[in-house]
Amino acid sequence: MQEPWIEVCDSNDIEEEDVIRFDYGSVTLAVYRSDKNAFYATNGYCTHERVHLSDGLVMGNIIECPKHNGRFDYTTGQAKKTPACDALQTYPVKVTGGKVYVRIE
Amino acid sequence: MGVVQAKRDYSLSGPENKRALESGLASAEWYASPIPRKRMKELMKRKNGPAIRDTVIWLALLVGSGLLAFQAWGTWLAIPAFLIYGILYASPGDSRWHECGHGTAFKTPWMNEVIYQFASFLVLRPATPWRWSHARHHTDTYIVGRDPEIAQPRPPVWRIILMEIMHLYAGPKDIKRMCLHAFGMIDKEEKEYIPKSEYRKTFWESRVYLLIFAAVVAACLYTQSILPAMFVVLPSFYGSILVLTFGLCQHLGLHEDVVDHRLNSRTIYMNPFFRFIYWNMNYHIEHHMFPMVPYHALPQLHAEMKGDCPKPCRSTWAAIREVVSALRKQGKDPAYTIVRELPVSAQPYRYKPIPVEGGNHYARAMD
Repeated sequence: MQEPWIEVCDSNDIEEEDVIRFDYGSVTLAVYRSDKNAFYATNGYCTHERVHLSDGLVMGNIIECPKHNGRFDYTTGQAKKTPACDALQTYPVKVTGGKVYVRIE
Repeated sequence: MGVVQAKRDYSLSGPENKRALESGLASAEWYASPIPRKRMKELMKRKNGPAIRDTVIWLALLVGSGLLAFQAWGTWLAIPAFLIYGILYASPGDSRWHECGHGTAFKTPWMNEVIYQFASFLVLRPATPWRWSHARHHTDTYIVGRDPEIAQPRPPVWRIILMEIMHLYAGPKDIKRMCLHAFGMIDKEEKEYIPKSEYRKTFWESRVYLLIFAAVVAACLYTQSILPAMFVVLPSFYGSILVLTFGLCQHLGLHEDVVDHRLNSRTIYMNPFFRFIYWNMNYHIEHHMFPMVPYHALPQLHAEMKGDCPKPCRSTWAAIREVVSALRKQGKDPAYTIVRELPVSAQPYRYKPIPVEGGNHYARAMD
């Protein structure tokens, strides 16, 4: 059976080309709104060091770690620049009725 | 944090490393001054303009001073001329290496990379190892056993400081490491922070550096003169006085083993020329707390957070005096640490000072 969708926030709570932190139980996610108004979610911590990506800068499809300049494509989770070497886990996201939902698998 | 009494092991593979990992000091979550997200996004925004302008000015000054030094060769005027050339070679080389290594100086990634590689050679730092070393310095700033860039242990080793006036300690150490890399080997300390996936790049970079060294030596032999080396390689030795000065002022005398940059980093008000060659790294608390803010936005960041930080040193000279005084005291008492008061508007430290006889102060974590 699939995991349920979990409400994150109103879609307007995230600015375009920005990211917020979402904590659910012991899991910390980063939830993104792209400059094309699409929503995505990844693990909330950089894979290089335990740093919250939600404090980083979103540039197009890229999230930059606020501490070491490691970069990821948050639409795929792929690491794009060292010191980030390992990919981020991504999570399904949907927007329904102006609310953003994520499925934590 | 415990009071430091005995000489500690600053290596990255010794007991202090284990202690830092076990106590949670390694890869910890650090204090950050409260700045609204919207403002932080503005401050982190990348631009090419300021760094292109500053790079053009730097290279023009370097070429201009180099021409003067060339003209003066063989006369007494060569001494000040080469000193100016060397300072313009090594000091901006150091700061450009630093900023471009953070990937923040330019908006365009390849520009950061080109200047990073160029400046790494100028300051004789193997580019990839130092990128990883500096990442660790930012993860674990002045955490003993974790940070490979602690400028001096406690008590300080004055012999090393004096040697570094001419870069005669770190320079040969890095050249030795380049030789190891060229033969496909990695230094034991470097293995602690460079992932294996980066070894190949490390080896090839060092081989290129050594080829350039060989070309410079060949040019000296061909011309029967040391002049070619006075323009390439040697300036990172004879021109390093400001690299040392600025480097000593960044953290020394302040706390080790605290996860609050307000306690272990020093912000200094510097004159515009120093700020140009240092690329605003005088705002060092600001830089460490928010390393993705580009150098050109650090004065604005300072304005945002100065109410949450101790008062900056009022000049470079004041900072040097503070550091030298603290190092002298640490020579007698390794636990000596400067404690700086916060303004009333600031969030309090998570550490408390302990007054002791003789006026020294230590800090320890709140219970």
